[in-house]
Amino acid sequence: MNRVAVTGLGIVCALGNNVAECWNRLAAGESCILPLRDPGSPPYKFQNGAQALGFDPLQHFSEKELIALERFAQLATVAAREAIAQSRLRFQGELGDLSAVVTGSSVGGQFAEEEGYYRLYKENNPRVAPLTIPRTMANAGASRISLEFGIHGPAYTVATACSSSNHAIGQAFAMVRSGQVRAAVTGGSEAVFAEGLLRAWEAMRVVSPEVCRPFSADRKGLSLGEGAGMLVLEDWEHARARGADILGEIVGFGMSSDAHHLTQPCVEGPAKAMAWALRDASIPAERIDYVNAHGTGTQANDITETQAIRSVFGEHADNLLVSSTKSMHGHTLGAAGAIEAIATILALKHGVVPPTANFTKADPACALDVVPNQAREAGIEFAISNTFAFGGLNATLVLRRAD
Amino acid sequence: MAENLESDDLSTQVIRVIAQAQRIPADSISLDSTFEELKIDSLDGINIVFAIENEFGISIPDEGVQNLRSVRETVDGVRKLVEEKNQTVPPGAA
Repeated sequence: MNRVAVTGLGIVCALGNNVAECWNRLAAGESCILPLRDPGSPPYKFQNGAQALGFDPLQHFSEKELIALERFAQLATVAAREAIAQSRLRFQGELGDLSAVVTGSSVGGQFAEEEGYYRLYKENNPRVAPLTIPRTMANAGASRISLEFGIHGPAYTVATACSSSNHAIGQAFAMVRSGQVRAAVTGGSEAVFAEGLLRAWEAMRVVSPEVCRPFSADRKGLSLGEGAGMLVLEDWEHARARGADILGEIVGFGMSSDAHHLTQPCVEGPAKAMAWALRDASIPAERIDYVNAHGTGTQANDITETQAIRSVFGEHADNLLVSSTKSMHGHTLGAAGAIEAIATILALKHGVVPPTANFTKADPACALDVVPNQAREAGIEFAISNTFAFGGLNATLVLRRAD
Repeated sequence: MAENLESDDLSTQVIRVIAQAQRIPADSISLDSTFEELKIDSLDGINIVFAIENEFGISIPDEGVQNLRSVRETVDGVRKLVEEKNQTVPPGAA
């Protein structure tokens, strides 16, 4: 089996338009969950969100290209450009055939769909815009990346709600590790700030009326965020042979299904995903230093995640640093796993654990060191990053600092 | 004379719609331009047809769309459909 190196990273989200901007804010504990640009009419019950306010599509695409490219696919493409540029890989010839694109997205392109339904049901106009189908399709980001960079190997999109991009990265990891491909561009993207989708989240009653405060006693729910995270994974020896800068390593992946309830979390499913990820990585639980938690800031998630961590790590749970970066970039749904995997790789690389921001008061039901509000310097070597989705689908990555 | 003038207007209008849909200047398009020259692919084609249908209040059949290769063919097709529309006397109008 090949070792799997990470040789490129790219992010666009509320924290910034590139990895450097995002890392500076993560390390500073700066929450970018801010008042919504459009408060809704009538106003949404929640008025804060983590919008990628600095992202200007016209800086990256021509007007003509934007006719066919939805926001979630734009975000995916721009993050992929940054990751691929950093990797310095060129996908010409054989490498193009031996490379993959695996992206995650929870719902794909909602704006085209909503515009179409508006015309259809509100205006009684049956003439829906011609590019609605290719704009809406969840694989639009993966297809654009493949097209733009000439990547001819396996390319597809995984849709498992909030676990989408961890599942995507796990698939890409498996392909590079087995030798099926030599490199992969992988991650996920989501653009949630479409009115119909926001109303649907509102109706779920899981969005905080203020800001998300993971693991804090007074937490009231999640904060929605938009963005994309992309990683370039590469066969370790291939990366070394060409003198690439190796930023981190993926060493294990575990996934499980609760088979319990559509939306209610449980302890056993997430615990299995974490335990199986550690088994896949062939490392004992005691080697893990940091957990980038799913940490949505809902009452139910944070308690069950704490219990799941305790059941997997036992007494070592008291030594773990556990933080939820969703407190800063929001819950980016299908992009969450990717953005958080990148945050974890950067934490390992810089020896700085980003905090759980917006933390006000300890909750005895979440008794872990959640790194409240202030980043912490720590020489860490191994970390896990969790995602747990509606539908009971769990996925955990095990990451290692580069040698 | 009146008929020629109307044709010129119609071709100018079609060219303007194509220019807007393709995000290119109208003066880069002539009646003799082919879609290949204008880099109009099949996806662009359905966008242009949608815009033309909206502009002229006509409905272009799918089989007609697949045969379009040039601006002149498009203008001819649109003119035919607009004339057909104008010949249809609304009920009760006579």
